[in-house]
Amino acid sequence: MNEQLTHMTGQVTAGKMTRREFMGKAAALGVSAAVASSMFANAARAAGPKKGGDLKFGLQGGESTNSLDPATYASSVPFMNGKQFGDTLVEVAPDGSIEPRLAESVEGSADAKVWTFKLRQGVEFHNGKTMTSEDVLKTMERHSNEDSKSGALGIMKGIESMKADGDNFQVTLTDPNADLPYLMADYHLIIQPDGGMDNPGAGIGTGPFKLEVDEPGVRHLFSKFENHWSDYGNFDSVEVIVINDATARTAALQSGQVHAINRVEPKIAELLSRAPNLTVHSTAGRGHYVFIMHADTAPYDNNDLRMALKYAINREELVDKILRGYGSVGNDMPINAAYPLFDETIPQREFSLEKAAEHYKASGHDGSPIILRTSDVAFPGAVDAAALFQQSAAQAGIPLEIKREPGDGYWSEVWNVQPFCASYWGGRPVQDQMYTTAYLSTADWNDTRFKVQAFDDLLFAARAELDPAKRKEIYSQMGMMVRDTGGLICPMFNDFIEGVSNQLDGWETDPTQEMMNGQISRKMWFV
Amino acid sequence: MHPIIKLVSQRIALGLLLLFGASALIFGLTEALPGDAAQAVLGQAATPESLANLREEMGLDRPALTRYVEWLGGILQGDLGTSLTNKLDIAESVGKRLGNTLFLAFWAALISVPLAILLGLLAVRYRNRWPDKLISAVTLTTISIPEFLIGYVLVYFIAVKLGWFSPLAMINDSMSIWQKLSAIALPVIVLTMVVLAHMMRMTRAAILNVMQSAYIETAELKGLNNFKIIYRHAFPNAIAPIVNVVMLNLAYLVVGVVVVEVVFVYPGMGQYLVDHVTKRDVPVVLACGVIFAAIYIGLNMVADIVAILANPRLRHPK
Amino acid sequence: MKNIPISALIGLGFTVLYFFVAVFAPLLAPYGMAEIVGDVWEPSSSEHWLGTDNIGRDLLSRMIYGGRTTIFVATAATILSFVTGSVLGFLAAVLGGWADQVLSRGVDLVMSIPSLITALVVLAMVPVTIPVLIIVMGLLDATRVYRLARAVAVDIEVMDYVEAAKLRGEGHVWIIFREILPNALSPLVAELGLRFIFMVLFVSTLSFLGLGVQPPLADWGGIVKENKDGIVYGIGAALYPAVAIATLAISVNLVADWVLNRTTSLKGGRG
Repeated sequence: MNEQLTHMTGQVTAGKMTRREFMGKAAALGVSAAVASSMFANAARAAGPKKGGDLKFGLQGGESTNSLDPATYASSVPFMNGKQFGDTLVEVAPDGSIEPRLAESVEGSADAKVWTFKLRQGVEFHNGKTMTSEDVLKTMERHSNEDSKSGALGIMKGIESMKADGDNFQVTLTDPNADLPYLMADYHLIIQPDGGMDNPGAGIGTGPFKLEVDEPGVRHLFSKFENHWSDYGNFDSVEVIVINDATARTAALQSGQVHAINRVEPKIAELLSRAPNLTVHSTAGRGHYVFIMHADTAPYDNNDLRMALKYAINREELVDKILRGYGSVGNDMPINAAYPLFDETIPQREFSLEKAAEHYKASGHDGSPIILRTSDVAFPGAVDAAALFQQSAAQAGIPLEIKREPGDGYWSEVWNVQPFCASYWGGRPVQDQMYTTAYLSTADWNDTRFKVQAFDDLLFAARAELDPAKRKEIYSQMGMMVRDTGGLICPMFNDFIEGVSNQLDGWETDPTQEMMNGQISRKMWFV
Repeated sequence: MHPIIKLVSQRIALGLLLLFGASALIFGLTEALPGDAAQAVLGQAATPESLANLREEMGLDRPALTRYVEWLGGILQGDLGTSLTNKLDIAESVGKRLGNTLFLAFWAALISVPLAILLGLLAVRYRNRWPDKLISAVTLTTISIPEFLIGYVLVYFIAVKLGWFSPLAMINDSMSIWQKLSAIALPVIVLTMVVLAHMMRMTRAAILNVMQSAYIETAELKGLNNFKIIYRHAFPNAIAPIVNVVMLNLAYLVVGVVVVEVVFVYPGMGQYLVDHVTKRDVPVVLACGVIFAAIYIGLNMVADIVAILANPRLRHPK
Repeated sequence: MKNIPISALIGLGFTVLYFFVAVFAPLLAPYGMAEIVGDVWEPSSSEHWLGTDNIGRDLLSRMIYGGRTTIFVATAATILSFVTGSVLGFLAAVLGGWADQVLSRGVDLVMSIPSLITALVVLAMVPVTIPVLIIVMGLLDATRVYRLARAVAVDIEVMDYVEAAKLRGEGHVWIIFREILPNALSPLVAELGLRFIFMVLFVSTLSFLGLGVQPPLADWGGIVKENKDGIVYGIGAALYPAVAIATLAISVNLVADWVLNRTTSLKGGRG
């Protein structure tokens, strides 16, 4: 690199030269635009985060029925709103470890039953109040007490008692659980003044941005909160705009009206990435697209029939055609390499028409059509995926029939009600939580009706086991049980595919949730 | 009392009765849908416990009739109540959305109605010659393409490639009227294309029908010029079916534009209503449904009255 | 018949072609409707004349089968809506008084509820099969036809020749079929063509909401929707069915225009 260029990059790093000036001068020196652009980005990155600017998100997953009450969050836009105005005690870091937020540190007792969170001091709510351990206690009570309707109610179940003690907040469990801190990182558990008991939907928290405009289903505007406790948050304002239509979302990003969008359709990700002013990020996560059978309902109570269907699905083709390669093949268990303590040695289930036909014959099924219910809302491309499944099953002689259900009402009338349907799981930060949510005999969301005592025993044993090697061994056994006897057909794990404007810098790969686990507004900045 | 005034007051009384019927029907239909607001809000996250808690909080544990009567009592005092799902005041949020919907419908109507009638008159004037055929072909094409496709094509070429207008038609209170107009330019174009053909064709057909009459021949023999005959003699007598179709399309512009709202991310009533139907938020669905019904009934009433006023035989019944 | 204008001939040609293809779909389609034959969105080639669709099915075959569904459902629903709508409309105009009020207000009531909600509810409560689709679409649309038919008939009903017929002592049926129907035909025929298009679009909208025909069966609107993501990146798969819908609609309306001209000529007017 010649001397002048070195000088110029220095100017950029020092913040004395804009992108336009740099590109112009670089061009004059005969540097190609692509090279100059990446040099500028590197130099700007070296300068560290810059402050200022108005960030705009264009997100799918918002309705005019949304509320700011964290207990009701179930889709992307409310999730993102919560990440703007609120903080949890701890957060899952991009590497899967636990990162302190409103709690400075977490300590567990030797038997993993009593957990103490040491709270950060001098944290201010947007209404001017200072956060105390009482606020934390009230918040947790609101999400776990008897008349709670919180989406986090399920994960708050094993708690025996909670108490606020000066600067500390303490949780005592009925049974040991080495993963409790991960539960407290759940995005519903935003600390609110007085626990949000009086006005849960006010949108008041301790986050880096405070609420300005709340128009559910249209937009949510936040401005920088000057008295925020951390260094996070480089923007003057953050606007979350609801754009549910996929084509409108990409058009808005391409024309520069928004800076980041979620849920880029796999089909167009490759085409979109050719646009000059943006980057398409694909992040391998824990979400998976599934076909679920109730293992206690005829004809799916026959393991040979379940195995026949598992062998009859062409995973490679689904990843190729439905995800366009933005994902990985599943192995009929809800766990993949994105989870800590995953056993890589579990063999991959292959597509085999012979084995499918063999198991189908062994099942003695009477040949009546097997009805698979699907819908556009089950997961993106669910109707097409079902059509592909039907084709490959037909080759193995299995009479699969597709029934498309209206998207409206799918989650209340079909999922977890009908014995065989398409569905989606977002994944959980740790294996224990995933299995507890959907595979424990007594779980409310046991959508495959997987009820195996030996499996439950292993799950509890793993929770109390503090030696990672032994836990990994137990989880491996559990995975095999689900894979070979469960009602789950898991053909693929999907990536989060997101489009981000090149005006933003500081992207990190974070598999926990979409949009960098909602941390874009905290961690990225305008170049 | 003048027969017209009597007729109008009769129709208004009937309209109110109809509104009541419509609200009962909408309530019955939303109740008949599988699932309820509590289930819809919790979605995949529902547990029996949280469901029961939420039902109680929303008051869904009480019988349907009680809830309907309560709602009716509220609305008679001008209180639309609060939304079940996000606890916002319905009058306020519906008012905002209704304003947006009417804003879009107004501009689309302002362009499409006069244009459709003008094109219809032109088509009759140059009947079976090339302007007639061109107008027919173009309007038929625009009406035959699914509206979301027209929308996407416009977004791609005009917004993304040329950058003339924004692909998102988001409007809010802080924008000036010119900014708002620029934002809704693309949806107005799409809506105009969608409703134009229907009104234009009806104008043409209805006038052609009248053109057979003897008095047109008289006018022609008097030596009046062609356009004047169409405009002065044929058009007033063809007005009943035209007004009917215009009213149908105006109602469509208010009630039926969900797809356009989705494509252009426009914060109107359609999307708002569909969201609340999916969430089984009965008070909001009722409020929107009754507003839509009122608009429909009102427009139909106008159409019927105009039809009567335009026809002397109906105006002065024997 | 020898004086058919060119435009009507073209319209008739396309209409007949589409109906022919619809009837003989299984014989004409080169591949199965649901058969996966290639990669996603392949360009057109000698094997796949229109290329492949969003999951690698032959687009031409899907278009042929899709046309079958679309044309059958739309035609049946249009016939149903016209017969019900115009008969009731004429009846209301001829009977007048209470019968007219009851029918008209009943129709107002149904129309005042957005058809989207009505369709959502009805199709959520009964299983979606093709006959159910046709009945729901036909009856919802009949309300629109009713209004127009009544409006036209009311104007005719006060004409002197109807009065004369009444004085002669003709019955309601005679008046409807011999006096009103011939005179109301032209606006109704003009409307018929448009109603047919709306039916085609209505099927697609229902497919859009997940309430249309069951996969892997498809209608043209459904194929547009399946492939719409490619439009803004220059992949034409969604444009073929859109063009098919448009040409079908235009053809049917060219025929309707011609019939319209013939019926007006029949009245012995000035041609």
